[in-house]
Amino acid sequence: MIQGSYPEDLLYHAEHDWARIDPDDAAIATLGITWYAQDALGEVVFFDPPAVGTVLAKDAPYAEVESVKAVSDVVAPLSGEIVEVNEALSDNPAAINEDPYGEGWLVKVRMADPSERDGLLDAASYKATLDG
Amino acid sequence: MAAPSSRALRRTPLFDAHLAAGAKLVDFAGWEMPVFYGGPSALRHEHMAVRSGCGIFDVSHMGEIETSGPQALELLQLLLSNDVAKMPIGGGAGGAQYSVLCREDGGVLDDLFTYRLDIDRYMTITNASNHERDLEWFNRHARAFPDVDVADRIEDYAMLAVQGPLAREIVQAISDSPLPARMTAATRRLAGAEVIVCGTGYTGEEGVELLCATDDASLLWDALVRRGATPAGLGARDTLRLEVCFHLYGNELSTDRGPIEAGLGWCCREDTGFIGSDAVRAVRAAGPAEKLIAFVVEGPGIARQGNAVIGGGEVTSGTLSPSLGTGIGMAYVPAAQAAPGTRLELDVRGKMRPAVVKDKPLYRKAA
Repeated sequence: MIQGSYPEDLLYHAEHDWARIDPDDAAIATLGITWYAQDALGEVVFFDPPAVGTVLAKDAPYAEVESVKAVSDVVAPLSGEIVEVNEALSDNPAAINEDPYGEGWLVKVRMADPSERDGLLDAASYKATLDG
Repeated sequence: MAAPSSRALRRTPLFDAHLAAGAKLVDFAGWEMPVFYGGPSALRHEHMAVRSGCGIFDVSHMGEIETSGPQALELLQLLLSNDVAKMPIGGGAGGAQYSVLCREDGGVLDDLFTYRLDIDRYMTITNASNHERDLEWFNRHARAFPDVDVADRIEDYAMLAVQGPLAREIVQAISDSPLPARMTAATRRLAGAEVIVCGTGYTGEEGVELLCATDDASLLWDALVRRGATPAGLGARDTLRLEVCFHLYGNELSTDRGPIEAGLGWCCREDTGFIGSDAVRAVRAAGPAEKLIAFVVEGPGIARQGNAVIGGGEVTSGTLSPSLGTGIGMAYVPAAQAAPGTRLELDVRGKMRPAVVKDKPLYRKAA
């Protein structure tokens, strides 16, 4: 994992989450936490996924990731309904550290309001918030 | 994720060394302190280094109060719960003693190690969050003793904790003479610097704590890291102390509860007449309504401070134990629920997690 990488093809939320719009279905987004978030947490030892069907509200917490030292809320960057959760994280929550934009994805949602994506940050704007 | 704090934080003399070692810094009681060094598995790595080798912690945020003069013993006997007169001096070393500082009602103001440095000279280590309040308490009560001097030494000392099965060997290698034994303290020259070496710690391992002049901290840190001590942060300090069920002020201890509830009756000697001794005696005689217990979570989930215990009580500390690989913690529960083996249910942010009361400490070294 490259130090502090923030892929250009993702959208970011200032609470250190990312969203990837499905290239084949613009109503579906994959969500996760950023490199900065996993780095601040340290080794993730527990991810308790919400159930499929759970409704997310933009800017509200929808899940928790736990490191040894703390539990942190994960904030929804977009509103929608969960259509899939990353079951593999139950056995290997450290994937959130090792590959936060790949194997460490958390959930997929069907967006309630695709226009919300316009309120998210691009990689450069998100990185600027980290330097502040 | 919480945003980084922007308010001015105090820094220890080792701040630059921490940055150079890749520390993640957090606000701890107003100090900018390393929580762990490096990448994701750092905390676990540091924890294991202390259990199997040697770790070094910067604990310079902790405060020091020096009490000296012909009436020093008399004042400390009034303030501290333990029998301060039992602390030996002589043969080139002085005693070390753990105690609590109580209010009249028995509520705990702080938990403290005190070292006897000379016949009439003692050094008491305070928790960073309590230092100002402790100092005010010491000074207020010292007014009744004309022959005692209470001095705030927080600006004068840095403190390093060197802990683990190899800690003594590593510190011995830079010392001019044999290190003081466990639960004693003595001045030594380490790498040329004058240091108060204390045979104490907060990890359940062998080791020493070093009080040195702030200007000497970097030199000592570098010398010990070069000899194999692994820099370890407050994250590992917390998991290590919780595995062996040592108290943390603000978690297990507060002014709302007394030392008997906290299981610290062993460091209270009511016959010395310390402030709060009447309240402590009464609770000891009647038996506490609540007791501090250690628990292990069964199955997934990690309880945290503030989680409710179903049927009464609350979790004071909780983490994932790196040594045991399971959720552990301590909690106050009704006395009837305190026996080892008792099954508990913990409300972990709305999810019920089963747990079982265990004997303390939760972690014991393999024989």
